[in-house]
Amino acid sequence: MDEILEILEKDARATPKEIAKMTRKSEQAVKKAISEYEKKGVIIKYKTIVNKELLKDENCTDVLALIEVSISPERGSGFDKVAERIYSFPEVKSCYLLSGGYDLLLIIEGKSIHTIGNFVAEKLSTIDHVRGTQTHFILKKYKDGGDILRRIVKDKRIAISM
Amino acid sequence: MVKKISDKVQFLKPSGIREFFDLVIGMDDVISLGVGEPDFTTPWNIIESAIYSFENGYTSYTSNKGLFELRNEISKNIKKRYGIHYNPETEILITVGVSEANDLAMRALLNKGDEVIIHEPCYVAYEPLITLSDGKAVIIRTSPANGFKLSPGDIKKVLSKKTKAILFNYPCNPTGASYTKKELSAITNALKDRDIIVMSDEIYGDLTYDFEHTPIITLPGMKEKTLYLNGFSKAYAMTGWRIGYACGPEWLIAAMNKVHQYTMLCAPITGQIAAIEALKRSYNSVLEMKNEYRRRRNLFISGLNEIGLEAHMPEGAFYSFASIKKTNMDSKTFAKKLLHSEKVAVVPGTAFGEGYDDFIRMCYATSTDKLKEALLRIGRFIKRAGK
Repeated sequence: MDEILEILEKDARATPKEIAKMTRKSEQAVKKAISEYEKKGVIIKYKTIVNKELLKDENCTDVLALIEVSISPERGSGFDKVAERIYSFPEVKSCYLLSGGYDLLLIIEGKSIHTIGNFVAEKLSTIDHVRGTQTHFILKKYKDGGDILRRIVKDKRIAISM
Repeated sequence: MVKKISDKVQFLKPSGIREFFDLVIGMDDVISLGVGEPDFTTPWNIIESAIYSFENGYTSYTSNKGLFELRNEISKNIKKRYGIHYNPETEILITVGVSEANDLAMRALLNKGDEVIIHEPCYVAYEPLITLSDGKAVIIRTSPANGFKLSPGDIKKVLSKKTKAILFNYPCNPTGASYTKKELSAITNALKDRDIIVMSDEIYGDLTYDFEHTPIITLPGMKEKTLYLNGFSKAYAMTGWRIGYACGPEWLIAAMNKVHQYTMLCAPITGQIAAIEALKRSYNSVLEMKNEYRRRRNLFISGLNEIGLEAHMPEGAFYSFASIKKTNMDSKTFAKKLLHSEKVAVVPGTAFGEGYDDFIRMCYATSTDKLKEALLRIGRFIKRAGK
C-alpha cells in the first residue's frame, strides 16, 4: 500500500506537509495523491475513534449488537441487492458477507436493547429474502479496528538511557 | 572507606551525565528524547511465548552458551539472510545483552597495554570496558563533515604494533552513521593484511533506512577475524529482556564463555525463549517498526533543520546527533536550560566523547505527536536563546 495511505490510516490528522516530510516527497505531490485517492473513493472519509465507554453521559452510550442473518439470494444480483437493502439502514454500522453457516454479519447500533429489538423485528426480519436472524448483544468492546480501547498508557521507559 | 575502591574503578571515567540524569528523573511531564530504546513494547507473540514458558515451569538455568534452539535459530537466520554459516555448537554465545558480549570480548582478548581502536562519538561503554580490561582505547574522532563515518585513512593512521582489535558500531549510537557495502569494503581493505580482531557491534543493523545493512562478516576474509555482535533489544523492542549474542571464531567464543560461565552463568531463560519466538515469527513486526522509525526520522530531522539546528540525516538507529553550535551554549548548559524552560530532555554530546560539546543526542523513537511538540518547544527555546 502507498505509504501516504499507511500514514493516514494511522493518523487522519497528518497534514500533507507532514506526510511530505515523512515520505521525503514534495508537499504538492502528496496533496495531489490524496486528492486523487479522495476522488476515486479510495479514501472514503476521515474519522475519530471515540471510546464511548469513558463518557459519563448515558445518552451517548449506544447499545451494539452483532446479528447473523441468513438470506436467500436473488436471481441476477445474488446477495448484493438484499445486502444493499439491509445496509442502507443507518442503524447498520457494518455489514459483511461471510462463508459458513449464515450469510450476512451485521453490527447494529441503537439507543437501547428495545431499539435494536424493534429494528430486528420490524425492519430486518420482514424483508422478503431474510430467512432468519440471530442477535448477540455486545457487552464490552476491547479492541476495535486494530485499536485497543483503554486509557493512554504512560511511557514506562526511564527518561535517560544510553 | 572510599579508599578501599580499586584504582581501576576509582579512576574510571564517570558517565558525565549522572547529575543531569538525576535532574530529569525528578521532573514531571517531560518529553524525553533522552532515551536509548524503542517506545514500542515487545511484539505480543514474543511476550506471550514468555508467559507460556512460565506456565510450563521454564524457570531454570540454561547451558552456559545459551539454549541450543536459540543458537540454532541464530545460526539459521544469519545463514538465510547473509549466507554466512556459524556452528551453533561452538561459534555462538548467548549473552546478557550485547553489553555483556562487549565486556567478555575485551576481557578475553586484552593484555595490559593492548590497544583497541574505537570511533567517537560512540556508545558510552566501549572505552570504560577497554580500561577495565587493562587495555588502551585509541580513539578516532569522526565529524559531521563526513557524516560521522570512518575512512580507511583514519584507520591506517592509528594502527600500531600494539593494536589488538578495532571496534565498529554501525549504524552508530549516537550518530546513526552507517556504511554501504562499498564504503565498508574500503574500510575492510585497510585491515586486510593486519593480524587484528574486528569487533562489530551491529545491534542497530536491522534499523538501517536507506540501503541494505551489510554485516562486516559478509566481506571477503572478514568472518575469520571478526566477532559479530548483535541482539534483540533494538530491532525487536526487547531492551529489558537482556538478550544479546556473539558469533565468532571457536577459540574466541570458548574464551569468552570461560569468563561468562563464572560471571553470568547464563542469560535468563525466559528472555532466551522469547528470543526464539522473535527469530521464528516476528520479522514482520521488525519491518513495521522500522518503517515507523523511518517516517519519524524524516519528519524529525527536517523539523530540526527548520528550527535552526544543524542535523544530518542518520542512516540507521534512532538518534539525531545535532549541532547546537549556533546557540553558543555548551551541550550541558543547553540540555539543562532546555529541560528547565521547556521540559524537553536530550543528552549532552560530551557523554559520547570529548570534543562533542557542540552536539546533543535526541532519540526519535517516540510518537510523532510528541516529536512535533518537542520540535515546537526546542524551536521556541532556540529563538529565545538567539535574542
